[in-house]
Amino acid sequence: MAEEDNHSKQVSRRKFLVRGGLGTIGVLAIGTYIFRNNIRRELLRMVNTLEMPYADNTDKPMIWFEVTSENTILLHSPKVEMGQGTFTGIAQMAADELSVSMDQIYVVHAASATGNVDSVATGGSTSIASLWQPLRELAALLREMLLEEAARKMNVAVNQLTIEDGVISGGGKSLTYAQTTEGVEEWKVPDKPVLKNLKEYKYVGKPIARVDLKAKVYGDPIFGMDVQMPGMLYGAVVRPTKIGASFISADTTDAENMPGVVKIISEDDFVGVVAHSMIEAENAKEAIKVTWEISNEINTGAIIEMMTVGNGKSTVIQKSGEALEVEDDFVSLEFRSPIGAHAQIEPNGVVASVEGDSAIIKISTQVIGITRKEVAKRLGFDVEKVNVVPTYLGGGFGRRLHTPHAVQAAVMSKAVGKPVKYFFTRKEEFQHDMFRPPTHHVVKGKLSTEGWLTDLEHHFVSGDVGNNSALIPGFLPPIIGADIGAIRGGFIQYTKVPNYRSVYWHVDLPFATSWWRSLGLLANTFAMESFIDEMALKAGKDAVDFRLQQIGDEVIDVRLKNVIKAAAEKANYSEEITNGRAMGFAASIDAGTPCAQVAEVSIVDNEIVVHKVTVSLDPGLAVNPDQIRAQCEGCVIMGLSAVLYEQMFIENGELLPTIYGPYQMALMKNAPKEIDVILLQGKDTPGAVGEPPLGPIGAAIANAVRRLTGERLAELPLKLPKTT
Amino acid sequence: MEISFTVNGTSQSVEVADENTPLLWVIRDVLDLKGTKFGCGKAACGACTLLVDGEAVRSCSYPVKFAIGKKITTIEGLGTQDNPHPVQQAWIDEVVPQCGYCQPGFMMATAALLNKVPNPTDDDIDENIINICRCGTYYRMRKAIHKAAKLRAESEMNISEKV
Ligand code: FES
Ligand code: FES
Repeated sequence: MAEEDNHSKQVSRRKFLVRGGLGTIGVLAIGTYIFRNNIRRELLRMVNTLEMPYADNTDKPMIWFEVTSENTILLHSPKVEMGQGTFTGIAQMAADELSVSMDQIYVVHAASATGNVDSVATGGSTSIASLWQPLRELAALLREMLLEEAARKMNVAVNQLTIEDGVISGGGKSLTYAQTTEGVEEWKVPDKPVLKNLKEYKYVGKPIARVDLKAKVYGDPIFGMDVQMPGMLYGAVVRPTKIGASFISADTTDAENMPGVVKIISEDDFVGVVAHSMIEAENAKEAIKVTWEISNEINTGAIIEMMTVGNGKSTVIQKSGEALEVEDDFVSLEFRSPIGAHAQIEPNGVVASVEGDSAIIKISTQVIGITRKEVAKRLGFDVEKVNVVPTYLGGGFGRRLHTPHAVQAAVMSKAVGKPVKYFFTRKEEFQHDMFRPPTHHVVKGKLSTEGWLTDLEHHFVSGDVGNNSALIPGFLPPIIGADIGAIRGGFIQYTKVPNYRSVYWHVDLPFATSWWRSLGLLANTFAMESFIDEMALKAGKDAVDFRLQQIGDEVIDVRLKNVIKAAAEKANYSEEITNGRAMGFAASIDAGTPCAQVAEVSIVDNEIVVHKVTVSLDPGLAVNPDQIRAQCEGCVIMGLSAVLYEQMFIENGELLPTIYGPYQMALMKNAPKEIDVILLQGKDTPGAVGEPPLGPIGAAIANAVRRLTGERLAELPLKLPKTT
Repeated sequence: MEISFTVNGTSQSVEVADENTPLLWVIRDVLDLKGTKFGCGKAACGACTLLVDGEAVRSCSYPVKFAIGKKITTIEGLGTQDNPHPVQQAWIDEVVPQCGYCQPGFMMATAALLNKVPNPTDDDIDENIINICRCGTYYRMRKAIHKAAKLRAESEMNISEKV
């Protein structure tokens, strides 16, 4: 897995304009970026490292910064904030390059009308990594422009000027940024801004508190669900409860006469109702009698049968040396992971306001650009006429990469001539999720007489993750031949093993599956690292040493070995069982970020209890170590929830359960009381953070259970055999 | 029908068509207090937790008629930036929220817990704080709950010293 630096992006073309704001002059710094490398190379990088590049449209002006009359900076973020802390990281980067204090910088979601929205998505753990270079360059550019202008206004040479907290001083004079922007007709734009030295940074690298902390502690209305617009009505859309149901017809007579109903909207592909309140809309929705055509009424068993290695189409994604032959004497283990739900607490929702030939869409979305295009297309509007205003997301996890509800709300708003708010019920969330696909893995290996692997193979099957997604250009899957989401974490990381290969099988599922935080990583690492552990036991070797000796010597390999050593040392990793507790070890690389974990586990009343998890992560340069720790803690707990409890099943074509509780998730009592995070820095630029720590958790827990019980749990969620 | 109660210290009268309307929707959509969240509508996640006469209530499943004449506290009334509730202060000190959506519900549940059990043990926390956080902030929340108990005890000591 080759690594490339982030310097492949640079400011290539930029324009600045000055615009009269309300009572003051605002500077709108407008910059555009393209990739220095051609698209092919960029795609290749994406495939190699499985990183999502920062991508924008290069033909439109974009607003990044505004200088306000209060001498604060508004930073329009092209990425959305869903808890991952991106707003805080980019505020730190911008504050440092702009020489302002943290409380002088305000981060807002860029609306699509500003032009500055990521045309791909927020996801893939690389918001900070991808913005590291371009954002700092833009901030430096603005700083230099302001310096030039202040020098002109004060008649002092630029090299005589210093900046502190947004005040430019020199020659006994000083001007705030706000004053500097006053009355400027034309800005001098430096050719290539000079970035500060990392050592000069005051905020980057520090555990700065989240910029959205107070809003979130005082309950400010910042989420999509909180949006209110004048005259707003409430919508609801009828959804089938069964997989593969297609809409035939609807009898809306009863619903039309229900209290509060404003209008029933019957389209070719959906029936919706608009009413004066959410409850009235929901009640009327229940009264609509829809005829669905049900294609089949499958059960979980059928899905498991489909999802079995050997079915579907295979692609070798990695290979070295020879393949194992049937007659070889090797160990083969099978692993499975179930259908997983996103279960983010804020339901999918939107407020759409369509007036004349334009629309405003306020929404929790990870795909601002796609939401915008879809709405424009359905309404037959010019894309420019649709302004998508992103809100804070009450959890993303990949669920908000799909926003057809924005289209439905827009259609309903147009039909009633008023803004319409519409969101999913929890049952709809569970039944119409874009699920984490179930997977099946066959892992094979053979040991030498000295107890080292001579062969290692990972064969796995998954439903769509990246394929069939609006995010992945349609031409890409055929070129790569594999689903770039499903294969995440599916590679062999023990490249000293002479013969290895990884083979991905693709099966089409009858229900929609997609990106679930960390994509294939959770299940792939569970399978691979469980197998490696079993082989270490078989070889009679220490689980840590067995790993270290078989990892290669590339840069990324060395980083992986370093996190492994650090985790083992910090956790005092031991193969012994102490006070009924055993340790389990696992490690993975995801999107260029290595992570190792040690889970301390005991069995209480035949239940798996995780007491402590030690996480060692090398995210490269840590822009905000505290938020990286928070992501590690969150990944450990979300991962623990997925591997110990969560599972959707299908009964007569119906996806179940439809509510929290029956869809069991980790609660406070299930979370480890100790999570110890160590951060290493194996490269000098920021790397991926928000997903990589989800890799090792499943195997780390399972490997501890193996030591406690002798039982190799090979199916998620991990369940101990019933005691009698 | 008209329903009267006190919300965050202010008397309110609202007109509802159905007295079984969940309190949550009256708070969010009639009174426009958006800090109390909708997560499931089935008393299964706790995002909608608020206080009714000091007790934690999952307002999505609490008919508004039960609130008649009672004192309701939502996150907006728990504390202010100038005078944060110990729970809010502890949440800030420990930098608990990630996406933040579940957080008001947890803070209200914690405030109610501390009213009953001023110095909760880990087991008390496990038994009483049973909301769901998808971002997995439980680890920091536990620390924040212990911290809030401490802050609360300190502020009570200050008050009693002053008296
Ligand atoms: S919304 Fe009330 S408990 Fe989930
Ligand atoms: S902080 Fe996101 S659900 Fe709790």
